[in-house]
Amino acid sequence: MPGHSTPSQTVGPFFSIGMDKLNRANIAEGSSGERMHIHGRILDGDGQPVPDAVLEIWQADAEGRYHHPEHSGTTDATPFFGFGRVPTGESGCFSFSTIKPGPVPGPDGKPNAPHLEISIFMRGLLQRLITRLYFPDEPLNAADAVLLAVPESRRATLIARKAQPQENSLEWDVCLQGKDETVFFDC
Amino acid sequence: MKPLLGYRKPAPGSQPRHLSPPYVSSIKRAPKLPLIGIPVTLSEISGPSFPKEIVSPNAFDLTRQHKAEPLGERIAVTGRVLDEDGKPIRNTLIEIWQANAAGRYLHKNDQHDAPLDPNFTGEGRTFTDEDGRYRFVTIRPGAYPWKNHFNAWRPQHIHFSLFGPAFATRLVTQMYFPGDPLLEFDPIFHSVPDEAARRRMIASFDWLSTEPDLSLGFRFDIFLRGRNATPMER
Repeated sequence: MPGHSTPSQTVGPFFSIGMDKLNRANIAEGSSGERMHIHGRILDGDGQPVPDAVLEIWQADAEGRYHHPEHSGTTDATPFFGFGRVPTGESGCFSFSTIKPGPVPGPDGKPNAPHLEISIFMRGLLQRLITRLYFPDEPLNAADAVLLAVPESRRATLIARKAQPQENSLEWDVCLQGKDETVFFDC
Repeated sequence: MKPLLGYRKPAPGSQPRHLSPPYVSSIKRAPKLPLIGIPVTLSEISGPSFPKEIVSPNAFDLTRQHKAEPLGERIAVTGRVLDEDGKPIRNTLIEIWQANAAGRYLHKNDQHDAPLDPNFTGEGRTFTDEDGRYRFVTIRPGAYPWKNHFNAWRPQHIHFSLFGPAFATRLVTQMYFPGDPLLEFDPIFHSVPDEAARRRMIASFDWLSTEPDLSLGFRFDIFLRGRNATPMER
């Protein structure tokens, strides 16, 4: 029946038992492209770190192609390609490395700005949260249909910051609540 | 480029609210601002695929992962993964995890004073077949106390994690058991407002998959979001 999917429930505190096997902090391993190291923290409504969350990443390759049959021109899905899964640690920190994806064709024919699709799961979340990580100093950000759907004052929550000292190191925090609450999507 | 077809929005009340105060952990973790709707893009209608090798031959059978069998009531959980139009979701990965028969998880943060079982890890994994069918063999998990409120107990449940064909169809849910008296009091189960939707999380007892002298059978069909037939459909 349309609209009658099985309800979501929380992953709870013990998801690592069933989910750890697919952990992947090195996304797009062996693939060419600009290597990026991304780290950050997840903070709750009191600004306290969330040590029991897991993030999943989904992204295109450096040419902006998703390795999935939906993306025309891609014949085969490449197992694992573009998928990452990283839990947070004691201090709410997570990190992963990947390549910067290329611009993907957008809904209006214009290219989407390079971005990572991100799902966040944790105890206390009855449904995953969906967000995106965009890259700093990226001219395509200005015309990205999804960023433009976000009030200007909140867009910065979706754009990673350059981090010192490492080259190609980016920092991106997720605030679940508060004045810097990260933008979460309904898709 | 032809218009992209997105996935249907859930029917009102059929999914939990992010903020559900009786589930206390949601209070500081659920976003306060409304979610932002976005146009259909390739990013949400594509999704990862996984190599068959990640599922070892005994990954579907949680009773055969150690030297001896775990304690508990042996059960088979079978079902189909379908979209909302009843179309089977083929070759999709399912991950499950659960407590042992005493209601204890093999996890460092589980402080419940119930015994661990050296013959039970509580993790399983399988792919659906060409008809969207899957099968797990396990033991019935125990109920266990938690700190949400005074004398709070979680009903018996198995966690299910599914991908489906796209980023948009990703689902993590919990399978409950029919007739469990604790369901009535569980704020996680009751975070879903619609009663018919809540019932979709309860497996049914199933004679067909019950094996004589071996194990009880439970059937749990899982429905992932259906695809829009036209670009503008919400």
